[in-house]
Amino acid sequence: MATLKDLTKRPEGFVSGHRACAGCIPAVAIRQVLLTAKQPDVYIVSAIATGCMEVVSTIMPYTAWSIPLIHNAFENSAATISGVEAAYKALKRKGKINKKIKFIAFGGDGGTYDIGLQSLSGAVERGHDFLYVTYDNEGYMNTGYQRSSATPLHAHTTTSPAGSKIPGKIQTRKDLTEIIVAHEPSYAAQATPAFYMDLIKKVEKALSKEGPTFINILAPCIPGWAIKEDSGMTLSKLAVETGFWPIYEYEDGTYKLNYKPRNYSFKPVEEFLKPQGRFRHLFKPGNEHLIEEIKRDIAKRWITLLRKSGIEQEEINKWQKELNYVN
Amino acid sequence: MILAKTGNEAMAYAMKQINPDVVAAYPITPATEIVQIFSNYVADGLVDTEFVPTESEHSAMSACVGASAAGARVMTSTSSQGLALMHEILYIAAGLRLPIVVGLVNRALSAPINIHCDHSDTMGSRDAGWIQIYTANSQEAYDSMIQAVKIAEKANLPVIVSTDAFIISHCMERLEVLDDDKVKAFLGDRKALYPLLDVDNPRTIGPLDLQDYFFEHKRSEIDAMNKTLPIIEEVAKEYGELFNRYYPVIEEYRTDDADVAIMALGSTADTLKEVVDDLREKGKKVGLIRGRVFRPLPVEAIKSAVRNVKALAVLDRSDAMNAFGGPLFGEVRSVMYEEKNKPLMNNYIYGLGGRDIEIEELVSVYDELFTILKNGRVDNLINYLGVRGG
Repeated sequence: MATLKDLTKRPEGFVSGHRACAGCIPAVAIRQVLLTAKQPDVYIVSAIATGCMEVVSTIMPYTAWSIPLIHNAFENSAATISGVEAAYKALKRKGKINKKIKFIAFGGDGGTYDIGLQSLSGAVERGHDFLYVTYDNEGYMNTGYQRSSATPLHAHTTTSPAGSKIPGKIQTRKDLTEIIVAHEPSYAAQATPAFYMDLIKKVEKALSKEGPTFINILAPCIPGWAIKEDSGMTLSKLAVETGFWPIYEYEDGTYKLNYKPRNYSFKPVEEFLKPQGRFRHLFKPGNEHLIEEIKRDIAKRWITLLRKSGIEQEEINKWQKELNYVN
Repeated sequence: MILAKTGNEAMAYAMKQINPDVVAAYPITPATEIVQIFSNYVADGLVDTEFVPTESEHSAMSACVGASAAGARVMTSTSSQGLALMHEILYIAAGLRLPIVVGLVNRALSAPINIHCDHSDTMGSRDAGWIQIYTANSQEAYDSMIQAVKIAEKANLPVIVSTDAFIISHCMERLEVLDDDKVKAFLGDRKALYPLLDVDNPRTIGPLDLQDYFFEHKRSEIDAMNKTLPIIEEVAKEYGELFNRYYPVIEEYRTDDADVAIMALGSTADTLKEVVDDLREKGKKVGLIRGRVFRPLPVEAIKSAVRNVKALAVLDRSDAMNAFGGPLFGEVRSVMYEEKNKPLMNNYIYGLGGRDIEIEELVSVYDELFTILKNGRVDNLINYLGVRGG
């Protein structure tokens, strides 16, 4: 596995000068993924869906991409890369290309969980050789913080506003990673840039496989989450430490948890929620039950994930007791 | 070699001989057979194509864009709703100047749902930046598919070649096919200008293009379309010289001394030839003008064909829903606006949703044109032919 030192020597795939917001974590995620992916004997060709990262990095006549990149539309990053990959196979077979190329498609959560889900499902089912990376900032941040199906329970967005009657988004987050797992890819994972060695390992693993692989990267959005510019990485870490965003892998049919506190105790989710403007309303007197609902959602997903990961019942019992949740 | 083939079979056979690098497609009636037959060629190893059976037409065209941008020769086929679902990506294919070729079967757009012929699908995409070729029979569909690849790659623009649903797509006809090696030699290999897979020269394809550049880029796309007609004519001429089948962008049939003429696209034009011959035998000076290429609009060829006719009926197999008739009518009328010699013109919408067009109905259109000629005026500008209640 590449070390951080190794990465410092590799050429950048996503260079500085783009116009992402100060403190943007999706930009860090893409840079980290491409730094890891770029190997001396392997070329990377990418596609990106319309969205924040495409908009900030490809404004004509500039581009932040030092690797070949295609942007087609919003909902078809996966279908587009499947065409590129098919062309590669055909041209390689005819001896017109002799280099080894791996393919990475990027999309935000809007372009992946929602409008691009069909295109992604189709490309994964067809078995194209590509890695799909979602930079999940939990909403349509490019158009001004609207809800997506990745937006978590009770988050305020401009289309799920925290009003006097309705306290933000009333639905829980869609579990996209599990939807992709249902396609039986050779590799799928959840990650976040704060656990950078974990992310490096996951990108390397994914690219070592033949066929479709998937990494869902939680990537805080400074304006969308209404957080301080220097807090994105801290919140990426807290998301994992509070159980809000478990990091795990699904590899050849087996789940593996990449973060599991030894003492059966997550940090209080309030530590993750409180710094975020989108959850401000949860801390008003009388709204305590809303935070309890978020905790129950976290507990339910975590216990399910423990079971899938083959954790012993004894340990699950301890977690159920700790989280005060039995299912 | 002489074969008996339907329009769909003819298109699929052309695709086999073209042997594209990538075909990404999704089935839809009545074009399903094209991709179905082609997937048999793939399964039997008769082509080298990477076949991508997508989960929708939107993804089919998206994959075509990816593959074509990568540097591959790319084809697909679709119809009606499928083309409508591709609509968003049609503009992107043209805007990125990708020479994708679509074998299309013209079918009515919903609602009401219908699987039969009209031209509402391609007319709905007429401003997408694609070259559009409407064929009149299986032979022409076959020949046009082969020509389309060359046209697309010379113009760096995508091409739709269409046949009329069932009337051509499912009708068995005599088909004269070329030898495989002749098709191969005629087309050569695609030489992509800026392939995405040229990893030593990384490029960003499809960047965000704002107020300071968009217009120039769009203008250059417009300019490419402006320059496409000579390319189409040159390819048709080359094909004609090599293989003895030549198709002009606008076909004129017995128009030399015609007083009145009908202009139409697609299979109806072949039916009209019979009508013209019958009426000529009765001494009536009638002619036919067939629009083969609709995008780009062959302005000079239309002027030249229409100029000497005294009354012209334009037949549209779709309505523009602009309360002013069909799209072909609007454009032909506009082309003739500044001409000194121009015919009295009217418009007929006909054959929507596969409604048969009868010989008698076509004869009645010529009759009406003679009445217009006699009276020196058009009483009914927009007419609906073959529909209950008129």
